[in-house]
Amino acid sequence: MSKKKSTKTKKRYDGRKPDELRPLKIESGVLPHADGSAYIEMGRNKILVGVFGPREMHPKRFSKPNMATLRCRYHMAPFSVDPRRSPAPSRRDNEISMVIRYALEPAVFLERYPRSVIDVYAEILEADGGTRTACINAASVALVDAGIPVRDLVASCAAGKIDGQLVLDLGDYEDKEGDADVPLAYMPKTEHVTLLQMDGILSQDEFNGCIDMAIEGCKQIYEVQREALKKKYGLDEGEAN
Amino acid sequence: MSRNAGIASRLKRNKITEVVASGKRMDGRDLLDFREIQVKTGVLEKVEGSAEAYLGKTRVLVGVKFGKGYPFDDTPDKGVLMTNAEFTPIAHATFEPGPPDERSIELARVVDRGLRSAEILDMKKLCLVKGKSVIMVHVDIYVLSYDGNLIDCSALAAIAALKTAKMPVYTVKDDNVKLTKKTKAVKIRKEPLAVSIQKIGSVGFTRDELKTAVQIAAEKVEELRKNV
Repeated sequence: MSKKKSTKTKKRYDGRKPDELRPLKIESGVLPHADGSAYIEMGRNKILVGVFGPREMHPKRFSKPNMATLRCRYHMAPFSVDPRRSPAPSRRDNEISMVIRYALEPAVFLERYPRSVIDVYAEILEADGGTRTACINAASVALVDAGIPVRDLVASCAAGKIDGQLVLDLGDYEDKEGDADVPLAYMPKTEHVTLLQMDGILSQDEFNGCIDMAIEGCKQIYEVQREALKKKYGLDEGEAN
Repeated sequence: MSRNAGIASRLKRNKITEVVASGKRMDGRDLLDFREIQVKTGVLEKVEGSAEAYLGKTRVLVGVKFGKGYPFDDTPDKGVLMTNAEFTPIAHATFEPGPPDERSIELARVVDRGLRSAEILDMKKLCLVKGKSVIMVHVDIYVLSYDGNLIDCSALAAIAALKTAKMPVYTVKDDNVKLTKKTKAVKIRKEPLAVSIQKIGSVGFTRDELKTAVQIAAEKVEELRKNV
């Protein structure tokens, strides 16, 4: 029994406990020309998200007569990774743009804005593993900052496995060297999971463990998201409920 | 500068001209005043050099990265300096995602011309093996917020980023190039900055006005220089 415990408290490469998030900072309302915006630092990830809309959609034939369209774009700055990358969108970027949309769509009351479009643009200034989850966290805050009604904030983080141990919020190194990575997005109030992806190999028990761990992480992130919005609108504790 | 971002109603346009004629600006500035200038360096951890410049609400981030590459055929003993600009759609409601359009190409080329003409880097020192291997310097301009005058803001950020950049050290042995863990400061020989002068109220500069504009720019550039 005591042996088992010693493996459980093994420190991670950056000194974190297995179920500890990276340092997290979220600010809302950072862009003067966007309808809503947010800046997030999640570990060494630095991401700016701008929301525009609801506005008229061009080309018009892509608009939906009964609801708004949510468009998301995930884009990495050429200097966000080492070595420098081309600014042109890659297949990976396109997929991540799509999963961010999938993660956010269930939260937004799109039916309130027929024929219009809501654009969510995420710019990755510096990448450090888990950019998609950080984007979702910032995008959700930016949507609310834009005054768009949502069912709940969407919080997101990953859990995974490295050296046989389940860990929360994988950094770049753990993402690449680890055995598995499970990004998850969650709406704490409605208790709905809006995104679940997985890379690598996990047993069923480990997978369940990852989900539990990621959801607990999301709940912590949710509080930071709420604080960011309260700060922007100068609200005190409790008023925003 | 941009297709839609620059559109003003006739009423507003008349007002702007009227206010300028009285020697003031819409935001209360004097004719030859910059907006608030702010420069932050080392804003990113993973790049060799970075800087963020603010000119009022205009905000530009520049990242400098180094790499190893091939020289151009006509300059086999010189390194390569490349300047690229991206207009992000978060910068303004009228900016759309997509491949670089003429505006971002113009911005990159104007800033690049400034850096290149001033010969800020000794390109021959960036050569590792003649004709085979040289150091590439990438200057990436990232427009985060657009509120006019991108050229001055970008040139300022580019110089600030280059000045604080740390470049990797390579060792060359019998044409074998090896990357070491060491870094060294980038030697900047000159600091070219840009100052844009606009004439409001009538179209075109006369010869004398042009000379005056150049003189004003030469004086005003010192205000920018204080920030790098």
